[in-house]
Amino acid sequence: MVGAAQPRVAMEANPAKLEVRGLSVFYGKTAALREVNLRIRENEIFGIIGPSNAGKTSFLKAINRMDDFTAGMKVEGQVLFDGKDVRQWRNVYALRRRIGVVFPLPVGLPLSIYENVAFAPKLSGIKRKSELDGIVEWCLARAALWDEVKDRLHSLGSLLSGGQQQRLTIARALSQDPEVLMLDEFSIAVDPVTTMRIEDVLKELRREMTIILVTNLVQQARRLADRTAFFLDGSCVEVGETKDLFSGNARSTRTADFISGRFG
Amino acid sequence: MANDEVASRAAVSPRTRPGRRADAARHVDKDRLTLDWYQDKIVQVVVFLGGISAIVFIIGIFLFITREGFSFVVEKLEITEFFTSIRWQPTSEHRPTYNILAMIAGTASVTGLAMVVAIPFSLGAAIYISEFARGKTREALKVLVELLAAIPSVVWGFIGLSLMNPLIIELFDVPVGLNVLNAGIILGLMAAPIMTSIAEDALKAVPDGYREAAEAMGATRWQVVVKVVLPAARNGLLAAVLLGVGRGFGETMAVLMATGHSINIPDSIFDSVRALTATIAAELGETAVGSDHYQALFTIGIFLFVVTFTINLLADLVVRGVRKG
Repeated sequence: MVGAAQPRVAMEANPAKLEVRGLSVFYGKTAALREVNLRIRENEIFGIIGPSNAGKTSFLKAINRMDDFTAGMKVEGQVLFDGKDVRQWRNVYALRRRIGVVFPLPVGLPLSIYENVAFAPKLSGIKRKSELDGIVEWCLARAALWDEVKDRLHSLGSLLSGGQQQRLTIARALSQDPEVLMLDEFSIAVDPVTTMRIEDVLKELRREMTIILVTNLVQQARRLADRTAFFLDGSCVEVGETKDLFSGNARSTRTADFISGRFG
Repeated sequence: MANDEVASRAAVSPRTRPGRRADAARHVDKDRLTLDWYQDKIVQVVVFLGGISAIVFIIGIFLFITREGFSFVVEKLEITEFFTSIRWQPTSEHRPTYNILAMIAGTASVTGLAMVVAIPFSLGAAIYISEFARGKTREALKVLVELLAAIPSVVWGFIGLSLMNPLIIELFDVPVGLNVLNAGIILGLMAAPIMTSIAEDALKAVPDGYREAAEAMGATRWQVVVKVVLPAARNGLLAAVLLGVGRGFGETMAVLMATGHSINIPDSIFDSVRALTATIAAELGETAVGSDHYQALFTIGIFLFVVTFTINLLADLVVRGVRKG
């Protein structure tokens, strides 16, 4: 089937899923991101670490064109998705359906748990109940939530606890069958045990999709990311193999200082 | 332990999402204009037309009343006198005069008194419903307030005429009970439910986190209301008051029935007055289309339009202030 598992070793040879060239983001006159150049390969987990105000979230917003509804946000430069600039896409909705996003604080749609997860598949035209049931179960199981909610799928999603809601949003992101999954500090509202379970899920998912993991937990990037970028004050200071960065081979002293916890 | 669980489940469930789309491969052109894209564009056009039509109607109404009063305003009207003389004698045989100071004073005094009545009532009710009432009391009160807002204005006028009128004569020993006091109370009671509704929405929009944070520091309910909730809802409450003023200004029937409808600048709340709106309602049917009198009434209409438009615009700007900060 399409997008089947890639052997881990071949990853270096994987083509670029996203290529970012000279990307800058401005809010009014202040630059949140300056001249970022990156290549994110297919089926890798790409970690982005950095203190707050480093431009990590702006970077994600520029990728799936969320700037369209952020007033005063201006984007320059290119983001190539499978080689085509996202700003050249005529059908921006089709683009967003291929890129799943998990926001830092869970935003449950005011629907039942089932409908939250079935929302995107229904948008893409899937109507058969049995098929939707299968998707909902698969996604909830993948987000480590199925066992806790299988008996109350039709109660409101917003009644779940914070951590459960965050897993619901992850299930929802998976339900649109994305090619790229972007997670923005997903573990803020989730307890450590659940965080570990979701991390295991992400390792599994790498075989099917490309994952961009923005995290404020340096150790999380170390555990999960194949490669990691360090953002600081709107610039991408360094990109490298995660194991290199964390074994003391960071090229920049700022990166080394941040990773070792001397600031940030 | 948790890891084993996930691992075992992953082994049974299929690796890819069921019903996965077939075109995920990179060589497929994914940027197609789908049916729902076209649907979106069409809906955008329809909604745009709907939005535009509201503006077109408003401009149309404004043009209509301006056109009807225009030649009078340009050719015959003494603007200064129009606003500063109390003489409104449209039916005078030798020299009819059309000046509206008395009616402005009438409308302003009635609206002012109405706000004195309505603001404490409506804010009090809104604070009680939103901050103190619980459960069934709260729901019942909300329904009741909505119900009060639905009473037709002619019924209020009827109450003013047949209930308040003798009551005022009796209580204050005055010859006429149809006066500023009567109309002000009636109008205040009319405006209060709507103001309560809007004020309650403003209070409800204050995040619960604010209340919890203040209560956690040991603030009493009342201290929370005064020091946290009211300041946070300030703009919404101001908008509620402004909309109440707009309502009072534009109200016609109840005011026509309760003021006594006599041209007079009031010295006290026991004087009868006449409102701008009531004048139009009472006299427009008796004038010849296109006559000076007819046009003078339309000039009052223009004035009312400008004033209510300004009040509504002000309320809107105030509410915008809420969203910004």
